[in-house]
Amino acid sequence: MARKLPHKDVVIVGLGWTGSIIANELCDEGLDVVALERGPWRDTATDFNIGYAADELRYNSRQELMLRPAQTTVTARNNAGQTALPMRQFGSFHPGNGVGGAGVHWAGITWRFSPADFRLRSHFTERYGAQAIPDDMTIQDWGLTYEDMEPYYDKFEYLAGVSGKAGNLNGQIQDGGNPFEGPRKREFPNPPMMQTYGPTLFAEAAAKLGYKPFPIPSSLLSRTYTNPLGVTMGQCTFCGFCTNYGCANYSKASAQTTVLPVLMRKSNFELRTLCEVLKVNLDSTGKKATGVTYVDTSGEELEQTADLVILCAFMLDNVRLMLLSGIGKPYDASTGTGVVGRNFCYQMANQVVGFFDPAKYNFNNFIGGGATGMAIDELNNDNFDHGPLGFLGGGSTRCAPIGAEPISKRPTPPGTPAWGSGWKKAMRDSYLSNLSVGCEASSYANRGNFLDLDPTYTDRLGRPLMRITFDFPENDVKMSAYVTKKVAEIVRAMGAQQSVEYPRTGPWSTVPYQSTHVVGGTAIGADPSTSAVNPFLQSWDVPNVFTVGANVFPQNSGFNPTGTVGALAFRAADAIRSRYLKSPGPLVHA
Amino acid sequence: MTRIRLAIAAALLVTASFSVIAAVTAPALADDQDFTLIERGRYVATAADCVACHSVPGGKPYAGGAALQTPFGTLVAPNITPDRETGIGNWTEEDLRRTLREGVGRGGKRLYPAMPYPAYTRMTDDDIHALWVYLQTLEPVSNAVEANQLPFPFNIRLLMAGWNLLNFEPSSFKPDPQKSEEWNRGAYLVQALGHCGTCHTPKSALGADDNDRALQGANLQAWYAPSITADKRQGIGNWSVEQLTAYLKTGANHQSLASGPMAEEIQNSSSKMTDADLKAIATYLLDRTPPAGKAPAPLAADDARMRTGGAVYTDTCMACHGGDGKGQTFLFPTLAGSGLVQADDPATLIRLVLDGSRAVATDDRPTGPAMPPLGWRLTDADVAAVVTYIRNSWSNAAPPVSAGDVAKVRKTLAQAN
Repeated sequence: MARKLPHKDVVIVGLGWTGSIIANELCDEGLDVVALERGPWRDTATDFNIGYAADELRYNSRQELMLRPAQTTVTARNNAGQTALPMRQFGSFHPGNGVGGAGVHWAGITWRFSPADFRLRSHFTERYGAQAIPDDMTIQDWGLTYEDMEPYYDKFEYLAGVSGKAGNLNGQIQDGGNPFEGPRKREFPNPPMMQTYGPTLFAEAAAKLGYKPFPIPSSLLSRTYTNPLGVTMGQCTFCGFCTNYGCANYSKASAQTTVLPVLMRKSNFELRTLCEVLKVNLDSTGKKATGVTYVDTSGEELEQTADLVILCAFMLDNVRLMLLSGIGKPYDASTGTGVVGRNFCYQMANQVVGFFDPAKYNFNNFIGGGATGMAIDELNNDNFDHGPLGFLGGGSTRCAPIGAEPISKRPTPPGTPAWGSGWKKAMRDSYLSNLSVGCEASSYANRGNFLDLDPTYTDRLGRPLMRITFDFPENDVKMSAYVTKKVAEIVRAMGAQQSVEYPRTGPWSTVPYQSTHVVGGTAIGADPSTSAVNPFLQSWDVPNVFTVGANVFPQNSGFNPTGTVGALAFRAADAIRSRYLKSPGPLVHA
Repeated sequence: MTRIRLAIAAALLVTASFSVIAAVTAPALADDQDFTLIERGRYVATAADCVACHSVPGGKPYAGGAALQTPFGTLVAPNITPDRETGIGNWTEEDLRRTLREGVGRGGKRLYPAMPYPAYTRMTDDDIHALWVYLQTLEPVSNAVEANQLPFPFNIRLLMAGWNLLNFEPSSFKPDPQKSEEWNRGAYLVQALGHCGTCHTPKSALGADDNDRALQGANLQAWYAPSITADKRQGIGNWSVEQLTAYLKTGANHQSLASGPMAEEIQNSSSKMTDADLKAIATYLLDRTPPAGKAPAPLAADDARMRTGGAVYTDTCMACHGGDGKGQTFLFPTLAGSGLVQADDPATLIRLVLDGSRAVATDDRPTGPAMPPLGWRLTDADVAAVVTYIRNSWSNAAPPVSAGDVAKVRKTLAQAN
C-alpha cells in the first residue's frame, strides 16, 4: 500500500524541457507544483565541469547522461509477425535520464515545423488528391494551425536564445533565411552562428546549384544572452562536444541553462529526483486522475495526489504511462482502432560523406557544434513537387560539423583496410578532409507501426516494457533514396573526390545510432477516434491529464523536433492557465 | 456623563493593569507595536545582516548560528530570538544597546569582536530601538547555543576588557557636514550597519581593525576580501556608482559576479536594501580618497611564468573568460582590470582556481553560474603560473604568485573542507 503524501495542485512527471517550462508557468499562476524525476539532479555547475565535460569515453561511449537499460528499456521488432526482444543497450536512439532529460545531451538544432506539417493530410489531399496518400499511411492533421503555434514558437526561441536568421518576417521573405519557413512575427533573439569552412563551402556550392542556403537555427548561442526570465547564457566556443554531452559553457540551451535557475527559487515548486512514477491513478469513474503512484530509491511506494497530472517524461514513457494507467483506448493494429500507441514514427537520417583532396582541403572538423552549420530546405517536406515521384515527404539538408571526437570519429572511405598501415594512412588523409552533409528527413505514420505493452518482458518494477513495432515504410525509403542522391550532387559540386551515400534503408535495426527523434503514440488531433489528446494536449478521456512531448506528433516532419516540443509546452501551459483553471474539464467537446 | 467618565476611567485602569502585567510577566514584549517601527527594525536587521551569523543554513532565522572559525578558535553566534531560556527573552532594550554600543552583553558578559560591535557602536539610538522592537516580534525558538568555544586562554571573556582597552572605544557616527546627506547615509551604512570593515579592513595581530588601512582588503583565511576603496588597480575605483549599486543589488555587474562570503552578504542583506541606500553606499565608497601606492611593473610577456601561464590559460580558462580576459557579462567575470585579480594578496584568486565557486543567484540575476574547481587537474606550479599570467596580462599588473603560495591556499582549503 502506497504511503499517501500531502496533496498538491499539480504533479509533473519528468523534469526535462517540457516539465520545467510548464512547472515554471504554473508556479507563476500560483499553483503548488511538484515534479517527479526518475533520474538524478544535474546542473552545469556541479555536473559539467569544463575539465571533464568533454570526456568522450564517459559521455559518448558509456552514455552517462542516458537512461540505463537496467532501469527500463523497450522491446523491439520490425512487424507484428515477429517476437520483440528487449534492447539491452540503447543504440538506435538515446532516451535521456535525469533533470533536463534528453534536452541536456541534445545537439541544439531548433526548427519550427512548416505550416503544411500541421495539416499534412489536408495539404497532400489538396495538392495531389486523396489517392496520392497510400492506404496504410495514417498521416493526419494536428487539429491546429501554424498560426496557432507561432506565439509559442516565439516564446521557446526567446527562452532558449536561438541564434538564426529569419526567412519570413510577417509574410515578407528575407534574404539569407529559410524562404520556406512559416511567417515569424519577429527576428530570432540572436544572430546566426559564425560558420566554419565546411558549411561555408557547402553554402557556396548549394547556391551555385540554385539552392538558397541559410544558417541552421541554433540553440548553441552566437553571443552572451539574457533570456526573458533573466537567466544569462554564454557564447558557444565551438568545442565540438554537444550531442551526447552536457555543455560546460552555459552555451547550449537546456532546462538547466534557461528555466531551472528561476524555477528552483520558487517556493511553490518542489522537485523530487530519483523518483519513478509507476502509474497515473484514476478514480472509480476512470474519467478523473487522482494523482500518481511512484517509487523512490528506498523502494517505498508513495502516492502523490494532485488536481492535475502532466506527463512530461521522454515520449516513450509518456505513452507507456498512458497505457499502464488505462488512459485512452490502446491502439489495435489489426483493426486500426484505438489511439494510444498509434502513429509511432521515427526520423529518416540520411547522409552523404565527401572525401576531399587532403592536400587542398582542411575542414578542421574538431571545431564545431551540434547546431552550427548551413542548411537548405528545398528538399524538405512538400517544398518540391512530389507529383511524379511516387512518395511524399523530404528532409532538411545541412552541413553541420558537430565536432570530431577522438575515439569515435574514424572517417575512412569505403575499401580502406580495417587495420594496419593502410588504415592509418587513410585515417590520416581523411580526418581533416572529409565532410558530411546530412538530410534529416520525415517519417510518416503507417498502420503497422505502433507502440504497445510487451506481453513477455517486464522492467525491474514488474511492469510490462514498452514494445516498439516499427519498420521504415516504403514511402520513406523511396524518399530517402531520392533526397540522398540530391545531397550527393551538392557534395560533388563542393569538390569531393569521392561521395559516399548513406540513404536510410530497411529493415530498421536497433543497433546503430540513428536519431533520438522517436515520436508519436499519443497523437494530437481534433478527432478523438484518431488522437489521444485534443489540440490543447489534454487527454480526451481523462481531462485532468495533459501530456507534452514528441509523443503527440501524429507523424514526423523533416525537421528536428525540439523547437516544436518546446512550443507545445508553452501552448499546454497557456491552455491550462487561460482556459482549464477557469473551468476545469474538457477544453474541446468533440 | 459620569457613567461615561467612569467607563473611560475603568477602561484606562484595565489598560494600565494590562500594561503593568505585560511589563512584569513579559518584558520581552515591546511597548511599541507600531508597524512602521517594526518594519524599520527589520530593515536595520537586514542592513546589519544579523541573520548571516545568527542562523544556520536552512535553520530558523536568528535562532543561533553555525560555527565561526576565527584565528583564535571557534565562536558561535547566539540565539537572538526572544526565547527566555536560550535566547534574549529576558533582556531589556538597554542590554541590547550596551551589547551593540559597548560590546558588553546582559550581566556584564564581554563579547568577542567577531560580533562586530566595533562597527555597531556607531549605530543610532533610533536604529537600535527599531531593531529591539523588531527582535521582540520574532517567534521565540528554544535553541541553546554554546557561543564561546575558544580554547584557553581566549575563552576567558574578561580578557576582552583588556582587548577593548587597547582596541576599542565606544563611539557614535559622526556625519561630515561638508558632504551630502546621501554621502553621510552611505558612510553610516558602511561604517555602522553594514560593518563592511569586518571583512574588508586588514586586522592587527590582536584581530582589531587597522583603521589606517580601512577597507583596503583583508585575508579571512580561506578568502581574501578585496579592497573596496576607490583604488583603480586593486579596488573598485573604476566602477561607477551605478555599477557598484548593481553589484550590491543583484550580485552581478558589467565586470564581476559575487561569490563566497560576499554572495551570502548580497543574498541576505544588500539585495534586500533600498536602491537609495545602495546608491548612498556607492557614493560614499567611491568618493573616499584611494590609498597611495604605485603599481608594480607587469611581468614581461616572455617571462617563463607568463609563457606557462598563458598556455594553461588558453587550455583551461579562455573558453569562458576569453582571449582578451573580458569574460561574458553576468556569466563569466572580467579578469582584465579586476581589482580582485590584481590584489596584492592572491588568496581568493588562487582559491577560485583550485576550488571553484558559485556566483550568487538573486531575483534580478538568477543564473548563479559557477567557476568549476580545477585543483584536481592543475599542479601548484600550473596554478601559480596561470594566476601570475592573469595578474599580468591585458594591462593588469600584480606581483607574481609562487607554487608555495598555492600550496598554502590548498592546505587551508583542505582544512576548511
